[in-house]
Order: sequence, then structure tokens, then C-alpha cells
Amino acid sequence: MRDLPGLPSRRGFLKASAATAAIAGIAVPAKAEQKPEPVALTEYKPICLKPSEWAFVMAAVARLIPSEGEGPGAIETRVPVFIDMQLAGDYGRAADWYMEGPHDAAASPLRGWQTPLTPLEVYQQAIPVFDEWCKVTHGKIFAELDAATQDKALTSLQKDEMKIRPDLREFFTILLGNTKEGYFADPMYGGNHGMQAWTYIGFPGARGSYREWVLKHNVKYPLGPVSISGERA
Amino acid sequence: MARTEKKKNVVLVGFGWTGAILGMELANEGLEILALERGHDQATVPDFQYPNMIDELKYGVRLGMMQKPRNGTLTIRRDQNETALPYRSLGTFLPGIGVGGAGTHWNGLNWRPMQSEYHLRSYTEEKFGNIIPEDMTIQDYPMSYAELEPHFDRFEYVAGISGQAGNVNGKIVEGGNPFEAPRSRDYPMPPMHSTWDGKKFGDAAKAMGYHPFPSPGGIASKDYVNEYNMQMGPCNHCGFCERFGCYNYSKSSPQTAIIDALKRKKNFEYRTHADVLRVELAPDGKTATGVTYYDEKAQEEVFQPADIVILTAFSLHNVHLMLLSGIGKPYDPNTNEGVVGRNYSYQLTGGYTLFFKDENFNPFIGTGANGMCIDDFGMDNIDFAKEGFIGGAYWRSGQTNGQPIRSMGLPAGTPSWGAGWKKAIGEWYGHSMNIGAHGSLMSYRGNYLDLDPTYKDPRGRAMMRMTFNWQPNDLKMIQFMKSKMEPLVKSMNPDIAQDGFKKDGAMFDVRPYQTTHNTGGAVTGDDPKTSAINRYLQAWDQHNVFVMGASAFPQNTQYNPTGMVGGLAYWAAEHIRKDYLPNPRPLV
Repeated sequence: MRDLPGLPSRRGFLKASAATAAIAGIAVPAKAEQKPEPVALTEYKPICLKPSEWAFVMAAVARLIPSEGEGPGAIETRVPVFIDMQLAGDYGRAADWYMEGPHDAAASPLRGWQTPLTPLEVYQQAIPVFDEWCKVTHGKIFAELDAATQDKALTSLQKDEMKIRPDLREFFTILLGNTKEGYFADPMYGGNHGMQAWTYIGFPGARGSYREWVLKHNVKYPLGPVSISGERA
Repeated sequence: MARTEKKKNVVLVGFGWTGAILGMELANEGLEILALERGHDQATVPDFQYPNMIDELKYGVRLGMMQKPRNGTLTIRRDQNETALPYRSLGTFLPGIGVGGAGTHWNGLNWRPMQSEYHLRSYTEEKFGNIIPEDMTIQDYPMSYAELEPHFDRFEYVAGISGQAGNVNGKIVEGGNPFEAPRSRDYPMPPMHSTWDGKKFGDAAKAMGYHPFPSPGGIASKDYVNEYNMQMGPCNHCGFCERFGCYNYSKSSPQTAIIDALKRKKNFEYRTHADVLRVELAPDGKTATGVTYYDEKAQEEVFQPADIVILTAFSLHNVHLMLLSGIGKPYDPNTNEGVVGRNYSYQLTGGYTLFFKDENFNPFIGTGANGMCIDDFGMDNIDFAKEGFIGGAYWRSGQTNGQPIRSMGLPAGTPSWGAGWKKAIGEWYGHSMNIGAHGSLMSYRGNYLDLDPTYKDPRGRAMMRMTFNWQPNDLKMIQFMKSKMEPLVKSMNPDIAQDGFKKDGAMFDVRPYQTTHNTGGAVTGDDPKTSAINRYLQAWDQHNVFVMGASAFPQNTQYNPTGMVGGLAYWAAEHIRKDYLPNPRPLV
């Protein structure tokens, strides 16, 4: 296969994985390649989220996929960066979606996205509403609550105990969805830092070549992940 | 002010499977052919190239290969009392866009319908008596399986299908599907190997006396060269079929099987970013004169004259164009008159997820047509009178992908976030398998397509409106499948098993992906009162208009539709070539 300029070489991948495959089952060295560490989340300058929104997203994803226990959390995998980048792009502005009126935001949820707002606008308008509810109910805005109270508040949001406006109804659903996307998507989108989420569950990422393993029934695949840009872990 | 282009013999509206098939068949007759594709051009290299293609977020989640609702969608309601709302972001079905159409991003599951399905109404009445509910509008195909068989065969050999024959000219072949309609020869390629989930399912099914066979699919099990010298390479089970283009020349697609050969013909031309707005009719309405399309590059309308107009777009777009162009009388469910939009149907599926904590399924090793199937509960094998429904399903187990955003099977009751969720994904990823029942769906008076009174597309045309809901007959069918699948699941002794079968009263939900098997709306038949096109897929009222695709299905088959779509296209192409071209006229 001919490799095109500007695109990663498939041959390069095959050579790399062939070398590892030769010793598969005996030893699996899983050492991340040295890459410069990106800017710390506390130093990160969001593209589209305002400081109060960024503080909320940082706090919320830290509860949705917490750092404690086995496996990486949303903070170590840099999920907030992913969410900021997605909301700043085509997804955030619903660039692909039909957004003309008339809208019926209060229609049954089974009828799909019916709010006139884009995902970015839902975040922008729902965060202050939710923060205000947290203040009234728990005394502080979400980011300032302790972890146990944050969990309680997120549960209330998920169950819609605060009866949020219909046009903001999808807020929790997209917040949770975007958090999981950021955890599991290829690292080039800003999250899944170091492919930690893939390593944790055992997904080999963009390896894309398993012909020799199809009939190894019930035998765990031994190789760690590669990313689309060629990182290995 | 519309520009007028030079006349062509044939204009094809849409350049996916049926556009490529008709383009090749009619180009071989020496005709000047033009295919108009509203999307972009795309080819295996460079558009589907590794590794950029196997990007779950871009293509699996953000649906990079699909039609953008912003550029055209439809409205949906569950019944006539509801106000239809736009399908604003894609969920339950995913129409494709660009050269190759849905044929680039399908899973590859390729079937011929069962024998009863070609004459379902008369089969049901003759065998079981007067049991068809009054509002069920199922009907017979106007052609027989025997007439279609050579065309199924042709499609399978052009597309490159792997599989194990079960019935060759009436002789049952061990290891294949003994219930399949007799085929004239074996598949062009041997079946694919199954992963562990399919093996376990096949063994369990066999132990219960069922008849497991390898899933047939447009995934190359070996190197293959078709009649146009188009080549396929053996699949490497990368686990990125559905929603993705194949970077490996292993999945059957218009690109892989036909298009590169077709592009070399001097009498064939295709134009992309050419959105057909309507078919133009002669003043007497008895023939089409060509089509008007919007040229997105020039930002203007273009009139393209043609001797023959063939609608080769996705089923829903074919019906929309007919409604907009005045081809055939629109269906009215209140009077049960009219034909365009009538008998819209879909697909009803269900299944079990089985968790085995000590077994490794390596779910990322997969293909779109992986695994093992049984057809013991297919339509031909069900006593409709005894069971109280009309329909059937094939069952399959075979993982198609292990993409973690979309395909994370967790036991019911697992928290959807927090420490409990994180623990569960570590424990359960790679330790579950699915068994699915892929069921038929009948057609009904209340499920239909027409034009929406409120919403317009970006070109100012009325959007199409879909009125659709699940019906008791089909929900009973899928509950029957559950009752039969449960003992098989138990026999496999999983740590946990949970079902996903719709129950009586289930409402159509546009959010979760179900299937892109949208059928009907321009069905083929013998009676112009109940069909939009005749047995040669020719419009009843305009003899130089033909309509391909799953819009021709009188009701949906229990299988994935592509095999039937391909077979019907070759059948129509043969009659256009041999009967119509020498003497253009209504063929019936």
C-alpha cells in the first residue's frame, strides 16, 4: 500500500505491532512513548468556556468519572479539554443539525433534540440555572460543594428533580455523554490522555488488524493501544 | 435562471449501489449515462485511508459519513394526531451521503428473503386462512423468487459475498442455512471465521436442535476478483464496518465492486454536489423530460434533459422526489387511496446480552457480518395462525465492534456514572456477548410517508413527513422471539443475562440507533391502485421513469435489505436493456 504524504504510515504501524506480536503471550512491555506533557488543567485557557463554566465542567466530570478507585478519572484523562474543544467546534454549534423552527422543546423526549439551543448554548444557559439551584438547595454553587453533595446534586439533575426548563432538558444527558466521549475518544481530541482509558479497559485503539487472533477463542488479546497519530501505550 | 445541460440518454439520481449497478448495465449498452450525486466524491484512497478512518468519535459518534440534517431531513410523528417534528439530529436511522451512499458505511450483512416473503399475502391466506388484520396492507411481490434468483446471484458475485450455501438447487448442504431459498450455486467466497461469541451461540443452538450457519456478508474472507476485475483483499477484522468506509478493500461497496471500473467508461459521467430538486414531466404528464438539480458549486439550478430518469437514491429520497414531482398519486390513509408513500415500513429487532466474567471476547475483533446465525424462527418456519402474528426473524451472534463510546455493554443496574460505573467498565468490557433477533415488519394503513405542511428543506421544498409507530402484530413477533431465545440463553449459563425486546405498547423512539432499513413508500406490484411501480420497477404513469431501492418493498423482509435491493436492481436493469430500450413504452 502506498503511503500518502501527511498521513501516518500504515506500514509503520504494522512493523511496530509485528515486533510486539512476536513476543505476545510471553511478555507485554507497555511503556508510553515520551511525549511532552501538555499544559496543566489549572493553566489551560479554554477556547469557548467562560471561567465559571470551566470551573463547573472541571468539578462535574471529576464526579462523573472520579479519580478514586481503579482506572483513570476524567481529570487525569483531561476530559474537560475535550469538552471545551468539542463545544468550540461543529458539535457545539450544532453545525450538522437541522435547527430551524418552529421548535417544540417540551415534546416527548422520544422525539429527539427539539430545543432551539445548540449544545454549547445548553451548557451556557444550564450551568447558571443549576448553580443557582445548588446554592438554594445546598448553600453553594456546584463547584464549591463537597464531593458527596456534588454527587447528590448531579443525581437530582439526572432525575430532573429541579424541573429544569424544557429547552435545557438534555443538559445532563449531553454532559454525561460528552464526558464519556472525552474519556474514550482518540487522544487527538484532547481527552483520553495517554490512552489511559483504553489501557484500563483493554481496547487496542487504532491497531485495526486482528486476523491472526480471530480463532484464538477466549484468549485475551495481549497488545496495548495505539492512537491515530501513532502514540503507543 | 436555470442553466440547461446537454441531453443524456439516462440520468441516475443518486450514486450508491443501485446507481452504480444501473450505470454499469446501461453504459454497457452504449448509452450516454449521467449520475447525479448530491453529496461529495469519495474513494477508498484517500478518503477511507488508515488510520484516520477508524476514528470512533468522528464517524461512529459524530456521524461524519452521514447526511447532515441541516442539508435535508424529514419530519416524524407516531400517528395522525401528533404534529410531526423534524428529525434534527440523527439517531434511529442514518442515511448516507456522497458517492457510494449507504453502501460505503453498511455492515455488509447480505441476504435473500425467504420463499414465503415474495408472496406473503397469498401465502398467509392460503396457508392460514383469513387472519390478516384489516389495517395490515401487506401484499405479494409481482415477481417470483425463481425470476429473481439469477439477479441475486449476479449481485452476490459482483459485490463479493462470503458465506456457506445451505440449499443449492434443492440439495441441502451441511453447515449452511437449510431454510434458505434454493440458490443456483455457492457463494463466491467461503464464509468468514467467527469470533468466540458466534461459536458459543452456534454450539448452543446446535445442542437445542437448531441449524446454525455462518453469517453471510459482503466481507471478503479471501482475495477476490469480480467480473469487472475489481479486487477485494481478505478482511483483517478491524472492527470498523458500520458507519465507516473500509480502508482495506475488504467490504463490499459500490467503490470496491463497481465504481472504479465504471469511471473508465467514456459514455459514463457523474457530477457531485448536484442535488436533484424534482423530475420534470412533459406537458401531458406521460413521460419525464429530465431532472432539475441544484448545482452547489455554481449555486444555480440546472435542467438536465434525459430520455430515461432512474431514481437510484436512498429509499426515503426516492419517495420524496416522487411526491415533489407528481409521479404517482400520493397516498391518503383516510381513504386508503393513492400509492406514493404507501406501505412505508422499518425493522424490528431485539436481543439478549450475556455476561461471562471469566471469558474473553476481545470485542474489538469483529466485522459487520461476523458470527453465526439461525433461521429456525424465520417466516417460513412459523405457524402464523397458531402464534397470532405474521412475521419472523433470523438470529445472529457475532461482534461487530468494541468501540468503547458506543459499545460498552454493562449489567442492568450498573450506575451510569461515578465510581460504580468506572469499576464496572473495568470489570465487564470484553466479557459480554449479544444474541440478536432481526425481525420483519409488516406494512399498515397508518404507517406512511407524505409531504409536511410546515417544515421546508434548505431549497424551500416541503420536507417529507413520516408517520410511523410500532404495531401490535410485530411487537408480538418480537416477544415470541424473546420467549424462544430465553431457554437458549439459559442453556449457555451466563453469569448475568438481560434482554432488550420491545413490549406491547412500545412507542417509536427516534434517539437510539435501530436500523437504516427504511423500506416501502414506492412499492412494486401488479395493481396500479396499490403499487407505485410495476414489476419492472417502472412508474405506472411515466414509462421512462424507473425507481430502484428498498422503497419498492411491499413490506419489510426479516433480513437486512441490501441483497434484495441489489437483486431487484439487476432484475430491472435486464428488463430495461432487453425490453424497454428496443421499444420504450409501459412494460405492463
